[in-house]
Amino acid sequence: MGLFKRHLKGIHVDYRKNTMECKTEIMPVPKRLYISMVQHIGAPCVPLVSPGDEVKVGQKIGDSDAFVSAPIHSSVSGKVIAIEDIMSSLGTKDKTIVIESDGLQTLCQGLTPPQVSTREEFVKAVRASGLVGLGGAAFPTHVKYSPKNIDDVKILIINGAECEPYITSDYRTMLESTKHVVNGARLVMKYLGLEKCYIGIEDNKPKAIAAISEEAAGDPSIEILTLRSQYPQGAERVLIYEATGRPLPPGKLPADIGVLVSNVSSVSFISRYFKTGMPMMRKRITVDGDAVCTPKNLYAPIGAQIKDVIDFCGGYKSVARKIIMGGPMMGRAIYDDDKAIIKNNNAILAFNEDQVTEHPETGCIKCGRCVASCPLDLMPTYIAKAYEAEDIDMLKKLKVTICMECGCCSYVCPAKKQLALTNRLAKKLVLEGGAAK
Amino acid sequence: MNRFEKGSLIVSSSPHVSSDTTTSKIMRDVLIALIPAMIAATVIFGARVLILTAVCIISCIIFEYIFNRIAERKSTIGDFSAAVTGAILAFNLPPNFPYWMAVIGCFVAIVIVKQLFGGIGQNFANPAITARVVLLVSFSTAMTSWPTAKPILSAADAVTAATPLSLFAKGELDSLPSNLDMLLGTIGGSAGETCAIAILIGGLYLVARKVISLVIPASFLGTMIVMSLITGNDPIFHILAGGAMLGAFFMATDYSTSPMTNGGKVVFGIGCGFLTMMIRLYGSYPEGVSFAILFMNIVTPHIDNLSRRKLYGGGGK
Repeated sequence: MGLFKRHLKGIHVDYRKNTMECKTEIMPVPKRLYISMVQHIGAPCVPLVSPGDEVKVGQKIGDSDAFVSAPIHSSVSGKVIAIEDIMSSLGTKDKTIVIESDGLQTLCQGLTPPQVSTREEFVKAVRASGLVGLGGAAFPTHVKYSPKNIDDVKILIINGAECEPYITSDYRTMLESTKHVVNGARLVMKYLGLEKCYIGIEDNKPKAIAAISEEAAGDPSIEILTLRSQYPQGAERVLIYEATGRPLPPGKLPADIGVLVSNVSSVSFISRYFKTGMPMMRKRITVDGDAVCTPKNLYAPIGAQIKDVIDFCGGYKSVARKIIMGGPMMGRAIYDDDKAIIKNNNAILAFNEDQVTEHPETGCIKCGRCVASCPLDLMPTYIAKAYEAEDIDMLKKLKVTICMECGCCSYVCPAKKQLALTNRLAKKLVLEGGAAK
Repeated sequence: MNRFEKGSLIVSSSPHVSSDTTTSKIMRDVLIALIPAMIAATVIFGARVLILTAVCIISCIIFEYIFNRIAERKSTIGDFSAAVTGAILAFNLPPNFPYWMAVIGCFVAIVIVKQLFGGIGQNFANPAITARVVLLVSFSTAMTSWPTAKPILSAADAVTAATPLSLFAKGELDSLPSNLDMLLGTIGGSAGETCAIAILIGGLYLVARKVISLVIPASFLGTMIVMSLITGNDPIFHILAGGAMLGAFFMATDYSTSPMTNGGKVVFGIGCGFLTMMIRLYGSYPEGVSFAILFMNIVTPHIDNLSRRKLYGGGGK
């Protein structure tokens, strides 16, 4: 296997990690917070409070009976003034609890570190913390940590690649919360019965590699994996393959091949939660882009609106033309800055006119750059052709459903075709077409 | 503090950044890569080569423009692909080739081969090569009258010389030029194909700029070398003679008419090299590069189909 191990294709992208040296600042809680009940993959939460109720910091305000879900906590003390359906950054109308801050930030009583001794108790505690995958997927962590074949899973992979341009929040986590990252990894290994941990970090973050290596020194079960700086090195499928040489077949979960993958910020949070008992209420995010006055790394309270976050960074420097939640490769462009921060946000990027020049689309010249850059060895130009012809059988043959929408194909296309978008639409066509048949 | 106006934010699908490579930039690089061969051809055959090239480039652009107008398509002359076709076609013609015939070649290349199949990227055969083949069968005398290499302005009336390959085909091995002459291009042949060293410089520029990969040229020329050795011929002679260099670097690497995957490219290159040598050694034409590439163009969709890749890490079936 190792002999024929293939190198990641992907792309070399300008990293623009301008905020690498920006120490995380704590953003004050704004006057009003908009806490959505949909902050994870799975069942939405049901509000546990009603308009007029007083809430405290850390109080559970939303939960669900469903297994695939995670509770939501208040990041503020104050009064619930409304519960309404608001268009979220995800583009759906979600139940949102609007809380007006009393400015006191009174802590909810009974927030104590969880006491656990078994795997079940640990997973239960992780659920109670409200943790979801902070790398971006927002998959409830406790679900990920309870695969059916947990006894066959031996390897934990911690993702510290952070291959998206601009974003440095994971990097700051590794530097500022080094102990928590390593301790969190140890906790997960201990309670889930894992034997080996790989922490993957791209080689453009030597300080983080040094810090984590020093912290984990002398522990043979933890190995630092220095990854080549290449997008998308942090993609789950890619990282698993880089760490273990095990390919992840389409439709399988990492646990099926004996691996669990967590983000550095997720394990760091676990360690902090087991020390303080403070649930998921704030998120370390990078704010950058030419339309922002002072790019920063900051802790934003969950539910703060983007405009509050931008205001904390000195406001807009120039007229924003595009605001992205997440990185420029996979992030979501939003249509207004009144959207609220949710758990899996890791960056807010605001760009002005100069940075959003769109190129007109021209004809495909079949140069094959999309094929050469696809980290999963898909053939985007053929997918586009099959999509235009609505050829579902061909799309299935071309395995479009494993596309992770990393955007490499669109990035390299000299004809400026929106291949990642076509893949996305083609995936939808296959899923719907498959259901219809 | 400027805020944006409500509703003015651009909402689009990710990714929100893209590389600065565009089709026009790629074609511009190809044109730049053709400059050394252009200069060499002018020095060797005289200024008429420049005029012939200009005629081809301009008529290709005009044909493309007119066709786009008639077909009510967006004008694509700005991507420089028509200019590239014109330049490569001119390089494939004898230096004293009549201009009006060259214009017919340009018509075939742009209108028949490229635009009627849907424009850039949609043609299954290389326009310049197909045009050359059409001209060869239509005007065989003009297409096989080679002036001797002389740096004079009016090469048109020069003595007709034999190309190394026609000497080779006739078995006049003693009168073959030296390999040094072949490398420098001071031999009879098409305008832009004789100076191997200039073509090589241009080809390596394209490789360095990542416009083409070395896979096709290497497997093309490599196969020719192997076949020469097997059949007891001089491999250096064969890769320097005729259109091998120009074909391997500038025509076989044409994106739309060659396979996309590296595996497919190897098959394509080997096929080109094999057919070229078969035609040279056993066919009735002295030169086979155009026919070989044209044939491989036609089988390219099948090569592409058969060389579809496995998924990352070999996973999945």
